[in-house]
Amino acid sequence: MSLDIAVIGVGAVGRSVVDLAPDYGHAVTAVADSGSAAIDPNGIDTDAVLDRKDREGAVGSAAPEDALSADYDVLIEATPTTLGDAEPGFSHVEAALARDRHAVLANKGPVAERYGDLMTLEAESEGTVQFEAAVGGAIPILSTIADFGPAQISATRGVLNGTANFVLSRMAAEGLGYEHVLAEAQDLGVAEADPAFDVEGTDAALKFVILANVLGGDDREQVYSLDDAAVEGIRDIPASALELAREDGRTVRLIGEATAEGVRVGPRLVPQHDALAVTGTRNIVQFETVNAGQLHLSGRGAGGPETATAILSDVGRLE
Amino acid sequence: MPDEAVTADEENDERTDGGERSQTHTIRLELVDKPGELLSALRPIADNGGNLLSIFHERGNLTPRGHIPVEVAVECPPDRFEIIVEALREEGVNVIQAGAERYGEQLTLLLVGDIVDTDLSDTLRCIESSTDATLSDLSLSAHQGRDGASSARLRLATRTGRTDEVFAHVRDIADRKDLDVIEPLLEVSE
Repeated sequence: MSLDIAVIGVGAVGRSVVDLAPDYGHAVTAVADSGSAAIDPNGIDTDAVLDRKDREGAVGSAAPEDALSADYDVLIEATPTTLGDAEPGFSHVEAALARDRHAVLANKGPVAERYGDLMTLEAESEGTVQFEAAVGGAIPILSTIADFGPAQISATRGVLNGTANFVLSRMAAEGLGYEHVLAEAQDLGVAEADPAFDVEGTDAALKFVILANVLGGDDREQVYSLDDAAVEGIRDIPASALELAREDGRTVRLIGEATAEGVRVGPRLVPQHDALAVTGTRNIVQFETVNAGQLHLSGRGAGGPETATAILSDVGRLE
Repeated sequence: MPDEAVTADEENDERTDGGERSQTHTIRLELVDKPGELLSALRPIADNGGNLLSIFHERGNLTPRGHIPVEVAVECPPDRFEIIVEALREEGVNVIQAGAERYGEQLTLLLVGDIVDTDLSDTLRCIESSTDATLSDLSLSAHQGRDGASSARLRLATRTGRTDEVFAHVRDIADRKDLDVIEPLLEVSE
Protein backbone atom coordinates (compact mmCIF):
# COMPACT_ATOMS: atom_id res chain seq x y z
CA MET A 1 0.00 0.00 0.00
CA SER A 2 1.21 3.45 -0.78
CA LEU A 3 1.22 6.00 2.03
CA ASP A 4 1.40 9.78 1.80
CA ILE A 5 4.29 11.17 3.79
CA ALA A 6 5.26 14.61 5.05
CA VAL A 7 8.94 15.19 5.72
CA ILE A 8 9.91 17.84 8.29
CA GLY A 9 13.61 18.69 8.18
CA VAL A 10 15.71 18.60 5.02
CA GLY A 11 19.19 17.76 6.29
CA ALA A 12 21.06 14.71 5.03
CA VAL A 13 18.42 12.36 6.45
CA GLY A 14 15.25 14.23 5.42
CA ARG A 15 16.67 14.76 1.94
CA SER A 16 17.37 11.01 1.55
CA VAL A 17 13.84 10.17 2.68
CA VAL A 18 12.40 12.51 0.03
CA ASP A 19 14.75 10.99 -2.52
CA LEU A 20 14.08 7.31 -1.65
CA ALA A 21 10.34 7.42 -0.80
CA PRO A 22 9.21 6.82 -4.43
CA ASP A 23 11.43 3.67 -4.56
CA TYR A 24 9.45 2.35 -1.59
CA GLY A 25 6.17 3.19 -3.32
CA HIS A 26 5.23 6.17 -1.18
CA ALA A 27 4.23 9.67 -2.25
CA VAL A 28 5.69 12.75 -0.57
CA THR A 29 2.86 15.25 -0.13
CA ALA A 30 4.74 17.82 1.98
CA VAL A 31 8.34 18.82 2.68
CA ALA A 32 9.42 21.52 5.11
CA ASP A 33 12.75 22.96 6.17
CA SER A 34 13.15 25.65 8.82
CA GLY A 35 12.07 28.49 6.52
CA SER A 36 9.75 27.13 3.82
CA ALA A 37 7.57 24.26 2.65
CA ALA A 38 6.46 22.55 -0.56
CA ILE A 39 3.00 21.01 -0.45
CA ASP A 40 1.02 19.06 -3.03
CA PRO A 41 -1.73 16.60 -2.06
CA ASN A 42 -1.07 14.70 -5.32
CA GLY A 43 2.61 14.26 -4.52
CA ILE A 44 5.36 16.80 -4.93
CA ASP A 45 7.99 16.59 -7.64
CA THR A 46 10.81 15.40 -5.34
CA ASP A 47 13.65 16.12 -7.78
CA ALA A 48 12.42 19.67 -8.39
CA VAL A 49 12.10 20.33 -4.65
CA LEU A 50 15.61 19.06 -3.86
CA ASP A 51 16.98 21.10 -6.78
CA ARG A 52 15.34 24.22 -5.48
CA LYS A 53 16.72 23.53 -1.99
CA ASP A 54 20.23 23.36 -3.52
CA ARG A 55 19.83 26.47 -5.63
CA GLU A 56 17.81 28.77 -3.36
CA GLY A 57 18.16 27.21 0.07
CA ALA A 58 14.36 26.84 0.30
CA VAL A 59 12.16 23.87 -0.63
CA GLY A 60 9.11 25.89 -1.70
CA SER A 61 7.05 28.98 -1.17
CA ALA A 62 4.61 27.83 1.51
CA ALA A 63 5.19 28.53 5.22
CA PRO A 64 6.91 25.67 7.10
CA GLU A 65 4.03 25.20 9.58
CA ASP A 66 1.62 24.59 6.69
CA ALA A 67 3.32 21.24 6.13
CA LEU A 68 2.02 20.07 9.55
CA SER A 69 -1.59 20.59 8.47
CA ALA A 70 -1.13 19.22 4.93
CA ASP A 71 -2.61 15.91 3.73
CA TYR A 72 -0.45 13.00 4.88
CA ASP A 73 -0.67 9.58 6.55
CA VAL A 74 2.77 9.68 8.15
CA LEU A 75 4.83 12.61 9.42
CA ILE A 76 8.60 12.11 9.32
CA GLU A 77 10.40 14.14 12.02
CA ALA A 78 13.98 14.64 10.78
CA THR A 79 14.94 18.00 12.30
CA PRO A 80 18.17 18.26 14.34
CA THR A 81 18.14 16.67 17.80
CA THR A 82 17.52 19.15 20.61
CA LEU A 83 17.74 18.47 24.34
CA GLY A 84 15.49 19.46 27.24
CA ASP A 85 11.99 20.16 25.89
CA ALA A 86 13.09 18.63 22.55
CA GLU A 87 11.43 21.43 20.57
CA PRO A 88 10.46 22.02 17.85
CA GLY A 89 10.57 18.28 17.06
CA PHE A 90 8.21 17.35 19.87
CA SER A 91 5.49 19.77 18.71
CA HIS A 92 5.74 18.44 15.15
CA VAL A 93 5.03 14.92 16.39
CA GLU A 94 2.29 16.20 18.67
CA ALA A 95 0.59 17.95 15.72
CA ALA A 96 0.56 14.70 13.69
CA LEU A 97 -0.75 12.57 16.56
CA ALA A 98 -3.46 15.13 17.40
CA ARG A 99 -4.75 14.58 13.85
CA ASP A 100 -4.55 10.79 14.34
CA ARG A 101 -1.70 10.51 11.88
CA HIS A 102 1.39 8.37 12.38
CA ALA A 103 4.76 9.87 13.34
CA VAL A 104 8.17 8.41 12.48
CA LEU A 105 11.18 10.04 14.13
CA ALA A 106 14.86 10.19 13.26
CA ASN A 107 15.18 12.95 15.88
CA LYS A 108 16.43 11.48 19.17
CA GLY A 109 15.37 14.48 21.31
CA PRO A 110 11.66 13.76 21.83
CA VAL A 111 12.23 10.02 22.36
CA ALA A 112 15.14 10.34 24.78
CA GLU A 113 14.12 13.47 26.67
CA ARG A 114 10.29 13.17 26.74
CA TYR A 115 9.58 9.48 26.35
CA GLY A 116 6.72 9.50 28.86
CA ASP A 117 5.00 12.46 27.17
CA LEU A 118 5.44 10.84 23.78
CA MET A 119 3.88 7.55 24.92
CA THR A 120 0.94 9.43 26.47
CA LEU A 121 0.29 11.28 23.20
CA GLU A 122 0.49 8.02 21.28
CA ALA A 123 -1.97 6.33 23.64
CA GLU A 124 -4.50 9.14 23.07
CA SER A 125 -4.12 9.01 19.28
CA GLU A 126 -5.14 6.62 16.53
CA GLY A 127 -1.67 7.19 15.15
CA THR A 128 1.47 5.22 15.99
CA VAL A 129 4.93 6.49 16.92
CA GLN A 130 8.02 4.75 15.48
CA PHE A 131 11.69 5.71 15.92
CA GLU A 132 13.99 3.00 14.59
CA ALA A 133 16.12 5.66 12.85
CA ALA A 134 16.89 7.39 16.17
CA VAL A 135 19.05 4.46 17.34
CA GLY A 136 21.88 3.10 15.21
CA GLY A 137 21.01 4.34 11.71
CA ALA A 138 20.45 1.46 9.32
CA ILE A 139 20.75 -1.26 12.00
CA PRO A 140 17.34 -2.79 12.88
CA ILE A 141 17.85 -2.52 16.64
CA LEU A 142 14.39 -1.56 17.86
CA SER A 143 12.60 -3.95 15.53
CA THR A 144 14.81 -6.76 16.85
CA ILE A 145 13.83 -5.82 20.41
CA ALA A 146 10.17 -5.80 19.34
CA ASP A 147 10.57 -9.24 17.76
CA PHE A 148 12.37 -10.71 20.75
CA GLY A 149 10.16 -8.98 23.28
CA PRO A 150 11.71 -6.43 25.68
CA ALA A 151 11.33 -8.85 28.59
CA GLN A 152 13.55 -11.36 26.79
CA ILE A 153 16.51 -8.96 26.74
CA SER A 154 18.19 -8.32 30.08
CA ALA A 155 20.83 -5.79 29.00
CA THR A 156 22.31 -4.07 25.99
CA ARG A 157 25.80 -2.69 25.36
CA GLY A 158 27.64 -1.38 22.38
CA VAL A 159 29.13 1.29 20.22
CA LEU A 160 26.50 3.68 18.85
CA ASN A 161 28.61 6.67 17.88
CA GLY A 162 30.66 6.28 14.72
CA THR A 163 32.62 9.50 15.16
CA ALA A 164 33.98 8.58 18.59
CA ASN A 165 34.70 5.05 17.42
CA PHE A 166 36.56 6.31 14.37
CA VAL A 167 38.70 8.60 16.52
CA LEU A 168 39.55 5.91 19.09
CA SER A 169 40.27 3.16 16.58
CA ARG A 170 42.49 5.47 14.51
CA MET A 171 44.35 6.66 17.60
CA ALA A 172 44.92 3.03 18.57
CA ALA A 173 46.03 1.89 15.14
CA GLU A 174 48.34 4.78 14.32
CA GLY A 175 49.52 5.91 17.73
CA LEU A 176 48.28 9.43 16.98
CA GLY A 177 46.93 12.00 19.42
CA TYR A 178 43.28 12.94 19.83
CA GLU A 179 43.49 16.38 18.21
CA HIS A 180 45.32 15.04 15.16
CA VAL A 181 42.80 12.27 14.51
CA LEU A 182 39.84 14.56 15.19
CA ALA A 183 41.12 17.02 12.56
CA GLU A 184 41.47 14.14 10.12
CA ALA A 185 37.93 12.98 10.90
CA GLN A 186 36.64 16.50 10.26
CA ASP A 187 38.43 16.57 6.88
CA LEU A 188 36.80 13.26 5.97
CA GLY A 189 33.37 14.50 7.02
CA VAL A 190 33.22 11.85 9.75
CA ALA A 191 33.20 14.50 12.51
CA GLU A 192 31.24 17.75 12.59
CA ALA A 193 32.95 21.14 12.84
CA ASP A 194 31.68 21.17 16.41
CA PRO A 195 32.19 17.55 17.50
CA ALA A 196 31.09 18.04 21.13
CA PHE A 197 27.84 16.08 20.80
CA ASP A 198 29.75 13.00 19.60
CA VAL A 199 33.03 13.09 21.52
CA GLU A 200 31.47 14.05 24.85
CA GLY A 201 29.26 10.96 24.70
CA THR A 202 25.93 12.84 24.54
CA ASP A 203 24.79 11.30 21.26
CA ALA A 204 25.56 7.75 22.40
CA ALA A 205 23.91 8.44 25.77
CA LEU A 206 20.66 9.58 24.09
CA LYS A 207 20.55 6.31 22.16
CA PHE A 208 21.12 4.18 25.25
CA VAL A 209 18.49 6.21 27.13
CA ILE A 210 16.04 5.34 24.33
CA LEU A 211 17.10 1.67 24.55
CA ALA A 212 16.62 1.68 28.34
CA ASN A 213 13.09 3.05 27.89
CA VAL A 214 12.18 0.58 25.16
CA LEU A 215 13.64 -2.36 27.10
CA GLY A 216 11.63 -1.26 30.13
CA GLY A 217 8.51 -2.43 28.26
CA ASP A 218 4.98 -1.24 29.00
CA ASP A 219 5.21 -1.78 32.76
CA ARG A 220 8.49 0.13 33.11
CA GLU A 221 9.29 1.33 36.61
CA GLN A 222 11.34 4.31 35.51
CA VAL A 223 11.37 6.57 32.48
CA TYR A 224 14.92 7.63 31.65
CA SER A 225 16.15 10.90 30.19
CA LEU A 226 19.67 12.18 29.54
CA ASP A 227 19.90 13.46 33.13
CA ASP A 228 19.66 9.88 34.40
CA ALA A 229 22.66 8.70 32.39
CA ALA A 230 26.27 8.64 33.63
CA VAL A 231 28.20 10.05 30.68
CA GLU A 232 31.92 10.42 30.02
CA GLY A 233 33.49 11.36 26.70
CA ILE A 234 36.77 10.59 24.97
CA ARG A 235 38.35 14.06 24.83
CA ASP A 236 40.90 13.48 27.56
CA ILE A 237 42.21 10.14 26.37
CA PRO A 238 45.90 10.43 25.45
CA ALA A 239 47.61 8.25 22.85
CA SER A 240 49.60 6.71 25.69
CA ALA A 241 46.45 5.14 27.15
CA LEU A 242 45.70 3.34 23.90
CA GLU A 243 49.30 2.22 23.69
CA LEU A 244 49.20 0.69 27.17
CA ALA A 245 45.93 -1.00 26.33
CA ARG A 246 47.37 -2.48 23.15
CA GLU A 247 50.43 -3.88 24.93
CA ASP A 248 47.98 -5.89 26.99
CA GLY A 249 45.88 -7.14 24.03
CA ARG A 250 43.16 -4.57 24.66
CA THR A 251 41.82 -1.38 23.22
CA VAL A 252 39.55 1.45 24.33
CA ARG A 253 36.08 2.10 22.94
CA LEU A 254 33.27 4.49 23.85
CA ILE A 255 30.84 1.89 25.17
CA GLY A 256 27.23 2.51 26.12
CA GLU A 257 25.26 0.29 28.45
CA ALA A 258 21.58 0.03 29.32
CA THR A 259 21.34 -2.52 32.11
CA ALA A 260 19.38 -3.12 35.30
CA GLU A 261 21.81 -0.65 36.94
CA GLY A 262 20.85 2.15 34.55
CA VAL A 263 22.40 3.96 31.61
CA ARG A 264 26.13 4.52 31.38
CA VAL A 265 28.35 5.74 28.53
CA GLY A 266 32.12 6.08 28.78
CA PRO A 267 35.48 4.91 27.46
CA ARG A 268 36.11 1.29 28.47
CA LEU A 269 38.83 -1.28 28.08
CA VAL A 270 37.78 -4.16 25.84
CA PRO A 271 39.78 -7.07 24.40
CA GLN A 272 41.32 -6.02 21.09
CA HIS A 273 39.41 -8.71 19.19
CA ASP A 274 36.19 -8.45 21.14
CA ALA A 275 32.99 -8.27 19.10
CA LEU A 276 32.39 -4.76 20.46
CA ALA A 277 35.81 -3.51 19.29
CA VAL A 278 34.50 -2.51 15.86
CA THR A 279 36.65 -0.26 13.71
CA GLY A 280 36.11 3.01 11.89
CA THR A 281 32.62 4.47 11.88
CA ARG A 282 30.92 1.09 12.24
CA ASN A 283 28.34 0.68 15.02
CA ILE A 284 27.49 -2.45 16.98
CA VAL A 285 24.95 -3.34 19.62
CA GLN A 286 25.00 -6.42 21.81
CA PHE A 287 21.90 -7.84 23.48
CA GLU A 288 22.12 -10.05 26.52
CA THR A 289 19.09 -12.30 25.99
CA VAL A 290 17.39 -14.31 28.71
CA ASN A 291 17.32 -17.61 26.81
CA ALA A 292 19.61 -17.28 23.82
CA GLY A 293 22.93 -15.88 25.00
CA GLN A 294 24.41 -12.87 23.30
CA LEU A 295 23.19 -11.39 20.06
CA HIS A 296 25.15 -8.82 18.03
CA LEU A 297 23.88 -6.44 15.36
CA SER A 298 26.40 -4.38 13.45
CA GLY A 299 26.32 -1.95 10.55
CA ARG A 300 26.29 1.69 9.57
CA GLY A 301 24.95 3.83 12.35
CA ALA A 302 24.70 7.14 10.55
CA GLY A 303 24.45 8.74 7.11
CA GLY A 304 21.57 10.06 5.00
CA PRO A 305 20.55 7.01 2.92
CA GLU A 306 21.38 4.62 5.79
CA THR A 307 19.12 6.42 8.25
CA ALA A 308 16.45 6.93 5.59
CA THR A 309 16.20 3.14 5.15
CA ALA A 310 15.34 2.80 8.84
CA ILE A 311 12.67 5.50 8.47
CA LEU A 312 11.16 3.89 5.39
CA SER A 313 11.17 0.48 7.10
CA ASP A 314 9.22 2.10 9.96
CA VAL A 315 6.78 3.53 7.39
CA GLY A 316 6.44 0.04 5.91
CA ARG A 317 5.43 -1.33 9.32
CA LEU A 318 2.53 1.13 9.41
CA GLU A 319 0.91 -0.16 6.25
CA MET B 1 35.73 -15.17 4.67
CA PRO B 2 34.17 -12.87 7.29
CA ASP B 3 37.30 -10.69 7.38
CA GLU B 4 37.05 -9.91 3.70
CA ALA B 5 33.38 -9.03 4.01
CA VAL B 6 34.17 -6.54 6.77
CA THR B 7 36.96 -4.96 4.75
CA ALA B 8 34.90 -4.65 1.61
CA ASP B 9 32.12 -2.99 3.55
CA GLU B 10 34.29 -0.37 5.24
CA GLU B 11 33.63 3.06 3.92
CA ASN B 12 36.98 4.42 5.04
CA ASP B 13 39.81 2.10 4.29
CA GLU B 14 42.22 3.55 6.84
CA ARG B 15 43.83 0.92 8.99
CA THR B 16 42.18 0.53 12.35
CA ASP B 17 42.54 -2.01 15.12
CA GLY B 18 39.96 -4.46 16.44
CA GLY B 19 37.95 -7.14 14.72
CA GLU B 20 36.28 -10.34 15.70
CA ARG B 21 38.99 -12.93 15.19
CA SER B 22 39.81 -15.90 17.35
CA GLN B 23 41.89 -15.20 20.40
CA THR B 24 43.74 -17.31 22.91
CA HIS B 25 42.18 -17.96 26.29
CA THR B 26 43.63 -19.69 29.30
CA ILE B 27 41.48 -21.97 31.40
CA ARG B 28 42.63 -23.45 34.70
CA LEU B 29 41.01 -26.68 35.77
CA GLU B 30 41.25 -29.02 38.72
CA LEU B 31 41.03 -32.71 37.98
CA VAL B 32 40.44 -35.65 40.25
CA ASP B 33 43.35 -38.11 39.98
CA LYS B 34 41.47 -40.84 38.06
CA PRO B 35 42.18 -42.42 34.66
CA GLY B 36 40.32 -40.76 31.80
CA GLU B 37 39.63 -37.53 33.68
CA LEU B 38 41.83 -35.42 31.44
CA LEU B 39 40.24 -36.71 28.26
CA SER B 40 36.71 -36.08 29.48
CA ALA B 41 37.72 -32.58 30.55
CA LEU B 42 39.06 -31.76 27.10
CA ARG B 43 36.12 -33.11 25.10
CA PRO B 44 33.74 -30.16 25.77
CA ILE B 45 36.40 -27.82 24.37
CA ALA B 46 36.63 -29.59 21.02
CA ASP B 47 32.87 -30.24 20.90
CA ASN B 48 32.19 -26.52 21.16
CA GLY B 49 34.56 -25.33 18.48
CA GLY B 50 37.61 -24.50 20.61
CA ASN B 51 41.04 -25.13 19.14
CA LEU B 52 43.24 -26.70 21.80
CA LEU B 53 46.68 -25.07 21.69
CA SER B 54 48.43 -26.49 24.73
CA ILE B 55 47.86 -28.46 27.91
CA PHE B 56 50.00 -28.02 30.97
CA HIS B 57 49.27 -30.99 33.19
CA GLU B 58 51.02 -30.62 36.52
CA ARG B 59 51.16 -34.22 37.68
CA GLY B 60 52.71 -34.54 41.09
CA ASN B 61 51.70 -31.01 42.02
CA LEU B 62 48.44 -31.11 43.98
CA THR B 63 46.06 -28.26 44.79
CA PRO B 64 45.06 -27.68 48.43
CA ARG B 65 42.00 -29.82 47.74
CA GLY B 66 44.20 -32.71 46.61
CA HIS B 67 43.37 -32.31 42.92
CA ILE B 68 45.67 -32.03 39.92
CA PRO B 69 45.93 -28.55 38.41
CA VAL B 70 45.74 -28.33 34.64
CA GLU B 71 46.21 -25.23 32.53
CA VAL B 72 44.74 -25.31 29.04
CA ALA B 73 45.24 -22.76 26.27
CA VAL B 74 42.32 -22.60 23.85
CA GLU B 75 41.85 -20.57 20.70
CA CYS B 76 38.32 -19.51 19.82
CA PRO B 77 36.22 -16.42 19.03
CA PRO B 78 35.35 -14.49 22.22
CA ASP B 79 31.67 -15.45 22.22
CA ARG B 80 32.51 -19.18 21.96
CA PHE B 81 34.68 -19.00 25.03
CA GLU B 82 31.79 -18.56 27.41
CA ILE B 83 29.99 -21.53 25.85
CA ILE B 84 33.07 -23.69 26.36
CA VAL B 85 33.40 -22.72 30.01
CA GLU B 86 29.72 -23.45 30.54
CA ALA B 87 30.05 -26.82 28.83
CA LEU B 88 33.02 -27.72 31.03
CA ARG B 89 31.07 -26.85 34.15
CA GLU B 90 28.10 -28.88 32.95
CA GLU B 91 30.42 -31.87 32.56
CA GLY B 92 31.33 -31.45 36.21
CA VAL B 93 34.83 -30.17 35.48
CA ASN B 94 36.04 -27.82 38.17
CA VAL B 95 36.96 -24.57 36.38
CA ILE B 96 39.12 -22.45 38.68
CA GLN B 97 39.72 -19.49 36.46
CA ALA B 98 38.80 -18.67 32.90
CA GLY B 99 40.03 -15.76 30.84
CA ALA B 100 41.03 -12.66 32.71
CA GLU B 101 38.56 -10.53 34.63
CA ARG B 102 35.40 -12.27 33.57
CA TYR B 103 35.42 -14.52 36.62
CA GLY B 104 36.88 -11.97 38.98
CA GLU B 105 40.37 -12.28 40.41
CA GLN B 106 42.26 -10.11 37.87
CA LEU B 107 41.20 -6.59 36.88
CA THR B 108 42.99 -4.40 34.41
CA LEU B 109 42.30 -0.67 34.28
CA LEU B 110 43.91 2.50 33.01
CA LEU B 111 44.55 5.71 34.91
CA VAL B 112 44.89 8.82 32.78
CA GLY B 113 46.02 12.32 33.71
CA ASP B 114 48.83 13.95 35.59
CA ILE B 115 49.91 10.66 37.09
CA VAL B 116 53.47 11.43 38.06
CA ASP B 117 52.89 14.83 39.65
CA THR B 118 49.97 13.51 41.68
CA ASP B 119 52.35 11.05 43.36
CA LEU B 120 51.84 7.69 41.73
CA SER B 121 53.20 5.67 44.63
CA ASP B 122 50.73 7.38 46.95
CA THR B 123 47.90 6.62 44.49
CA LEU B 124 48.85 2.96 44.44
CA ARG B 125 49.16 2.85 48.23
CA CYS B 126 45.68 4.35 48.56
CA ILE B 127 44.24 1.75 46.20
CA GLU B 128 45.86 -1.12 48.05
CA SER B 129 44.96 0.13 51.51
CA SER B 130 41.32 1.06 50.85
CA THR B 131 40.34 -2.02 48.85
CA ASP B 132 41.21 -5.66 49.29
CA ALA B 133 42.91 -5.59 45.90
CA THR B 134 46.62 -6.03 45.47
CA LEU B 135 48.63 -4.56 42.63
CA SER B 136 50.05 -7.36 40.53
CA ASP B 137 51.38 -5.37 37.58
CA LEU B 138 52.00 -1.76 36.61
CA SER B 139 52.98 -0.15 33.30
CA LEU B 140 53.54 3.55 32.94
CA SER B 141 53.65 5.66 29.81
CA ALA B 142 54.59 9.26 30.36
CA HIS B 143 54.43 11.03 27.02
CA GLN B 144 56.09 14.32 26.43
CA GLY B 145 54.41 16.38 23.78
CA ARG B 146 51.26 18.21 22.94
CA ASP B 147 48.92 16.15 25.05
CA GLY B 148 50.81 16.15 28.29
CA ALA B 149 48.66 13.55 29.99
CA SER B 150 50.32 10.30 30.92
CA SER B 151 48.76 6.91 31.48
CA ALA B 152 49.24 3.93 33.74
CA ARG B 153 47.94 0.41 33.31
CA LEU B 154 47.22 -1.37 36.57
CA ARG B 155 46.50 -5.02 37.04
CA LEU B 156 44.79 -5.66 40.33
CA ALA B 157 44.17 -9.02 41.91
CA THR B 158 41.00 -9.24 43.92
CA ARG B 159 38.54 -11.77 45.21
CA THR B 160 35.59 -12.83 43.08
CA GLY B 161 32.52 -10.72 43.72
CA ARG B 162 34.48 -7.68 44.96
CA THR B 163 35.07 -5.98 41.63
CA ASP B 164 32.32 -3.33 41.97
CA GLU B 165 33.66 -2.33 45.36
CA VAL B 166 37.22 -2.09 44.03
CA PHE B 167 36.12 0.12 41.11
CA ALA B 168 34.13 2.41 43.41
CA HIS B 169 37.22 2.97 45.58
CA VAL B 170 39.53 3.46 42.60
CA ARG B 171 37.11 6.04 41.16
CA ASP B 172 37.07 7.92 44.48
CA ILE B 173 40.84 7.99 44.71
CA ALA B 174 41.18 9.07 41.07
CA ASP B 175 38.57 11.81 41.59
CA ARG B 176 40.54 13.26 44.48
CA LYS B 177 43.64 13.46 42.29
CA ASP B 178 41.77 14.63 39.21
CA LEU B 179 42.67 11.49 37.25
CA ASP B 180 40.41 9.63 34.82
CA VAL B 181 39.78 5.91 35.15
CA ILE B 182 39.16 3.72 32.11
CA GLU B 183 37.51 0.60 33.47
CA PRO B 184 37.28 -2.73 31.70
CA LEU B 185 33.90 -3.75 30.33
CA LEU B 186 32.79 -6.76 32.33
CA GLU B 187 30.30 -8.19 29.93
CA VAL B 188 28.89 -11.06 31.88
CA SER B 189 26.93 -10.14 34.94
CA GLU B 190 27.16 -13.28 37.04
